[in-house]
Amino acid sequence: MAKKLITLTVNGEKHEVAVEDRDLLIHVLREKLRLTGAHIGCETTHCGACTVDIDGKSIKSCTRFAVQHDGASITTIEGMAHPDGALHALQEAFRQEHGLQCGFCTPGMIMRAHRLLQENPNPTEEEVRYGIAGNLCRCTGYQNIVKAILVAAEKLRQPEAAE
Amino acid sequence: MLAAGGEDARPIAGGHSLIPMMKLRMAAPTTLIDIASLDELAGIAVGPAQIVIGAATTQHDMISSEDLFAACPIIRETAEMIADPQVRYCGTLGGNVGNGDPGNDMPALMQCLGAIYVCESASGSREVSARDFYQAAYFTALQPGEMITSVCIPRPAQGHGYAYCKLKRKIGDYATAAAAVTLELVGGSVRDASIALTNVADTPLLAAEAAQQLIGAPLSEATITAAVARAEAITAPSADGRGSAEYRTKMAGVMVRRAIALAQSRAGEAQPKPAMPSSSSGAAAGSAPTQTNDDGGKGKGGFFGWLKS
Ligand SMILES: Cc1cc2nc3c(=O)[nH]c(=O)nc-3n(C[C@H](O)[C@H](O)[C@H](O)COP(=O)(O)OP(=O)(O)OC[C@H]3O[C@@H](n4cnc5c(N)ncnc54)[C@H](O)[C@@H]3O)c2cc1C
Ligand code: FES
Ligand code: FES
Repeated sequence: MAKKLITLTVNGEKHEVAVEDRDLLIHVLREKLRLTGAHIGCETTHCGACTVDIDGKSIKSCTRFAVQHDGASITTIEGMAHPDGALHALQEAFRQEHGLQCGFCTPGMIMRAHRLLQENPNPTEEEVRYGIAGNLCRCTGYQNIVKAILVAAEKLRQPEAAE
Repeated sequence: MLAAGGEDARPIAGGHSLIPMMKLRMAAPTTLIDIASLDELAGIAVGPAQIVIGAATTQHDMISSEDLFAACPIIRETAEMIADPQVRYCGTLGGNVGNGDPGNDMPALMQCLGAIYVCESASGSREVSARDFYQAAYFTALQPGEMITSVCIPRPAQGHGYAYCKLKRKIGDYATAAAAVTLELVGGSVRDASIALTNVADTPLLAAEAAQQLIGAPLSEATITAAVARAEAITAPSADGRGSAEYRTKMAGVMVRRAIALAQSRAGEAQPKPAMPSSSSGAAAGSAPTQTNDDGGKGKGGFFGWLKS
């Protein structure tokens, strides 16, 4: 099948990549760009492990064709830490609050939590739970994930933490 | 393009119903036309008499619009019960109502509200009522080469009561049964009511007889019970993982009862119904408040023209 050249800006870096019409975005990210942080859990739009941030929206990248995002600006978990390697407040809070066990859901959780906190910097616990309803975790029981997001939210609200 | 692609060409909007169906090999379109990137298809225009929503407007955008919430709050209530945040960023109104899946929540809501779908093809434009649009699961009034460009909703009377009640097994699930209800109370008596049901038949169901039980009298246990019985009587659910047919019929009744109670609790004194534009052909453009009439006499704003301003 004919390939099409598309441009994706991922974590600030511009890539030209040849894709087939039918290539799902998650496959392009993982296999062509070798960014394996976003995971494939279900491939049926249920688990959220493949969540990435595209032009200010949390998107399940297993349910979008790459060609739908020609020209888009994408952030994946690999783009969350600061350039000097220091972890993002969300990553730090997940570590500190035991927001992960096996870690499979974590990249999707953090990318979704990132967008949630952009839209609502001071969410209630209930708003966090509703806001991450599209992300499944088989290990933690969610308690510590919710706690981690609330801790990170508080940290990010302090002016010196703003990046 | 849609016309050139023939029967196997389809629009793709959010792709969040179509791509899952393609993965399941339930759909195998040969040509997909991405309409999500057509800015002129997205937007919400709240006018004095009607609300016009572009087909590519996402559920997220409908939830975020304060104007829309002020004029017709049941749309936000319903959209918030669809799927999960990620899906709502992608899923569009046009995709939700055009899909023809009885599990989708917007079709019954649009029937309840008396919405009109503006359908366009290379050969022109026509208006189809949401109440006439659905024929069977995945079969709708859309012809090959035709797509929905906007949805026009008569603006509900100020002070109306409303509720969308949805029973689901877990957050993000399609409905076991759901009911949309709007009510207009004047001096304690029901001036008008509308009820529609999601996912308890092959198509969404307008429960017109059920609503009729409520009209012309104050709400009472007797009128509500009669309405619930009429609503249950028109259901024809299939048995699936969500429960037996009998259970889902009963749950449709429970959702109707809850939605009536919630709508009643939210209803104020209903104001007169906003006057509709004189001819229905004004529907696509008539009252969009920001519309500029640069297309002169064409009236409809031309191809998608109503939202360009
Ligand atoms: C995990 C999950 C849970 C979900 N839960 C719910 C739920 O609880 N309730 C609910 O209502 N929905 C639910 N959905 C469906 C979701 O809301 C869909 O995104 C929506 O129904 C379709 O919108 P779309 O823009 O993604 O359409 P697409 O997938 O792009 O298109 C769907 C169909 O409609 C056609 N179409 C698209 N746009 C138009 C148009 N303008 N005119 C004519 N035809 C058009 C397409 O050709 C296709 O056949 C869920 C989806 C997922 C993945
Ligand atoms: S892999 Fe995309 S939602 Fe599970
Ligand atoms: S930590 Fe294992 S799935 Fe969430």
